[in-house]
Amino acid sequence: MYSFKYHSVSSTEEACTLFESSESAVYLSGGMTLIPTLKQRLDYPTDVIDLGAIDDLQGIDTENGSVRVGSRTCHADVACNPHIQALADLAGGIGDLQVRNCGTIGGSIANNDPAADYPAALLGLGATVHTNNRDIRADEFFLDLFETALHTGEIVTAVSFPTPLRAAYVKFPNPASRYAIVGVFVAEHNTGIRVAVTGAGSCVFRATAIEEVLQRDFRPAVVEGVSVDHSKFNSDIHASQEFRGHLVTEMTKRAVAKIA
Amino acid sequence: MVDITITVNGTGHSLSVPDNTLLSDLLRENLRLTGTHIGCDTSQCGSCTVELNGRAVKSCTVLAAQANNGSITTIEGLGTPNDLHPVQAAFRDNHALQCGFCTPGMIMTAIEMIKDATEPLSADQIRAGLEGNYCRCTGYQNIVKAVLAAQTQLRSV
Repeated sequence: MYSFKYHSVSSTEEACTLFESSESAVYLSGGMTLIPTLKQRLDYPTDVIDLGAIDDLQGIDTENGSVRVGSRTCHADVACNPHIQALADLAGGIGDLQVRNCGTIGGSIANNDPAADYPAALLGLGATVHTNNRDIRADEFFLDLFETALHTGEIVTAVSFPTPLRAAYVKFPNPASRYAIVGVFVAEHNTGIRVAVTGAGSCVFRATAIEEVLQRDFRPAVVEGVSVDHSKFNSDIHASQEFRGHLVTEMTKRAVAKIA
Repeated sequence: MVDITITVNGTGHSLSVPDNTLLSDLLRENLRLTGTHIGCDTSQCGSCTVELNGRAVKSCTVLAAQANNGSITTIEGLGTPNDLHPVQAAFRDNHALQCGFCTPGMIMTAIEMIKDATEPLSADQIRAGLEGNYCRCTGYQNIVKAVLAAQTQLRSV
């Protein structure tokens, strides 16, 4: 790690002020991506601003048919909250026990790793991302590879999820990292069915053609008939584009089978 | 430099370290608690697992400054050679270690798993809980046996 100045702050206002006065600052939430990145010298900020002491970013509240999760809530805590079981299952499948004790939902979505699990939950559940100065719909939040709608220095404070009628998340994990080679989140609300796919492309996306057939007939078998265009999918040592395309169909079928 | 006040194994420490110091380095280099091992140094192998404020964390991926005002338990805080912690004793009795390098991390993780469980853990649940701890002597069979045995003892207390 290159050297940097560490700051612990007690409010988002203090964090923003520090961020603006620093040459090149980063926010530290759970650190499960940031610290390995710093150790590999892939980033070299002048200032690291730790959000860990800001109390009001922690916790899970359920109210008016939705769940609000503070941005610094760790995966282990979400995994214990049964209000949206699919969300708890997803959080319980991230990384390993020690990573889940540190990694946070806000950190995960702000990073927007193309193979991360939470982006699929946010997009699938039609969530809203709350920041220190606005609300952003999940549909407009995830832009591209590691790219979000967050402005420089903006801080995610919470995410709220409307409680679905039914929902499930199934992923084909990389056996070493547990990141999703492909993960599919299927959710039904009164407004319709959403199917969000992570791991397959450069950024989480909705499989709208699959949503349409499931809207008419919510059975695993109908997913078979939908062709998945894999021409822009990721291809690496873990899985080819074709295999990822196959996994989109297969993981969707499994998710639908869990709740059909 | 950043000033840090922490409690480690019940003893308070106040020290000043470079801002980019890792918790694992603070424990090993500053406090000479070398039972916390650094295996991969990339947050994968789990040898550096310690308990921070009641939760198992990989100390190679936590800044020492993040642990400021915190309470830490390392493998040295569990038992003594003549009075082993039940999980340590179970590892010995079940031949759950060969080289022993991963053992401190395995034990720290196992303790959290047993502590958090409302029902007795199955072998599969123990394997899932230990996903973040690697043993390269391929000793998982006996590690799972040891955790099962330790759990039986700890839950009966």
